[in-house]
Amino acid sequence: MPFNLHSIMLDREKCRGCTNCIKKCPTEAIRVRNSKARIIDQRCIDCGECIRTCPYHAKYAVTNSLDDIQKYEYKVALPAPSFYAQFETDDINKLLQALLEIGFDDIFEVAKAAEIVTEFTKQFILQRRDKIPIISSACPAVVRLIQTKFPDLIDNILPLASPMELAAYLAKKKINKQKGIEINKIGAFFISPCAAKMTYVKLPLGFERSYVDGVIAIKDIYGLVRSKLRSIKDVKPLSISSGKGIGWAASGGESLALGIDEYVNVDGIHNVIKVLEEIENGRLNNIVYFEGLACSGGCVGGPLTIENPYVAKNRIKKWSSKLATSSQVLEETTNQIINSLGIKMEDLLFKKELEVNPVLELDSDIEEAMKKYERVNEILKILPGLDCGACGSPTCKTLAEDIVRGLANDTDCIFILRENIKELAKKMVELSNKIPPSLERDED
Amino acid sequence: MPLTMEFDIKAGDFVLAGEASSKIKDTLKKLGVKPEILKKVAIVSYEAEMNIVIHSVGGVLKAIISKDKIEIIAEDRGPGIENIELAMMEGYSTAPEEIRNLGFGAGMGLPNMKKYSDYFEIESQKGSGTRVYMVVLNK
Ligand code: SF4
Ligand code: SF4
Repeated sequence: MPFNLHSIMLDREKCRGCTNCIKKCPTEAIRVRNSKARIIDQRCIDCGECIRTCPYHAKYAVTNSLDDIQKYEYKVALPAPSFYAQFETDDINKLLQALLEIGFDDIFEVAKAAEIVTEFTKQFILQRRDKIPIISSACPAVVRLIQTKFPDLIDNILPLASPMELAAYLAKKKINKQKGIEINKIGAFFISPCAAKMTYVKLPLGFERSYVDGVIAIKDIYGLVRSKLRSIKDVKPLSISSGKGIGWAASGGESLALGIDEYVNVDGIHNVIKVLEEIENGRLNNIVYFEGLACSGGCVGGPLTIENPYVAKNRIKKWSSKLATSSQVLEETTNQIINSLGIKMEDLLFKKELEVNPVLELDSDIEEAMKKYERVNEILKILPGLDCGACGSPTCKTLAEDIVRGLANDTDCIFILRENIKELAKKMVELSNKIPPSLERDED
Repeated sequence: MPLTMEFDIKAGDFVLAGEASSKIKDTLKKLGVKPEILKKVAIVSYEAEMNIVIHSVGGVLKAIISKDKIEIIAEDRGPGIENIELAMMEGYSTAPEEIRNLGFGAGMGLPNMKKYSDYFEIESQKGSGTRVYMVVLNK
């Protein structure tokens, strides 16, 4: 993946080279070299784990600023379901109103799009019972994880647009239809808990181009929204989402909305990896749907949120049950939207196949790769096996691979270095004890 | 030169169970083996490993990886299978209750191994042990 497309970045000034982050990265994408961390772009899946781990806050996610919306004539906000969980309020409409007051002209709730995605997912499941478990494609970090570490599960990924993507598509379609504004004059901005979504917008999964024009971090507008909230008096009915769509913010919400029993929902990238391993082994063949979210707790635990994820999760629960009673009515509006905008399965289906990300391969030629693999094992034998991380690679095995790939030296290992120095010191002593040979030549 | 991996598998150890096949899988990913092939090997090696864990007194799981094929060999030290034909039937299982409660031993092990391998051979003798030899072609 090209460098400038990534959302997760390192602030070199703040980084102290402590190696805390390298151990937590699920794709072994970070190395510390010359006392500074470096992210290997092709390996990073934007899960945000390193942002959470770094004690010096040296990792950050690049997102759009609120000023960027000014480039568009008509600005529409796409608030993530997790946005609703960030504030203490008695009315969701106030939150949406606040978004209008900070500069947006319109709102399209991603929660509503999520409900529409749910409808089409149900249809898809009925058609495709043969490829189970079907794996949710809502979390871009999990999709990239599969492309990188579980290539054999790519086929199981639900090939439908995520709620964010669909929200942007529908918002533009609707505004164009109702207000006659040209699509390219409409700017759709996701109000995001998520760093991976930023990368998604620049490098979409399953589509050539995203309808989303930018991503604004919840944390960047949190203060502004909060201050607006206080002064909102007359509340307009802006929200059309039910508890089902809002529930997507927390792990399990998507599955619950599907209304099936045979599902598994998992949150936290390392837990997701464990369960994907089991799916790979054919252990979860009676499970129809797998919902995996990279962040712990789900998107409420996203790296760009402010509220404590446990508090946020609880708020989502409350909204979900509070708005569940209205869901009958709202389900009608879901269908109304589907009908009035003429949405078909076609519109949601991926237009581009998901490819394998081959960064873990030692070589593209299998015979070469086998030779390199043997060399990795040879090197591993001389490494101490402590996985201390002092060399800057997360484990001894990764260091061995880095050496074989030509990205590191065995003397990056401090134990080997120490051995070498010991040897050298011994030789120096030996040398200094040697009596200089006579300079006289034998004359015959 | 083919690449050989060999693992001792303990009987009844459900904590370690799956580690050997996980390592085989990881290696194949490092070698860039195609997803379809990976999928097959993942299933057959895992089932073979679990079979040793559940049904035997212990044994060895071996993977021999060459350019054009991956061989998986599971050899245990007993007690052997009385009626192979019966054991090959889907849903037939001799796994005890407590193991079924863990979600294993549904009687799909051997049939799955056969289904997902390109060549499958099983030898067993009551009282000695069982040897399963499988090949997944890499093409
Ligand atoms: S965002 Fe995730 S994948 Fe990327 S470097 Fe950080 S921990 Fe690794
Ligand atoms: S769980 Fe949600 S916030 Fe976290 S990476 Fe996935 S989509 Fe983004």
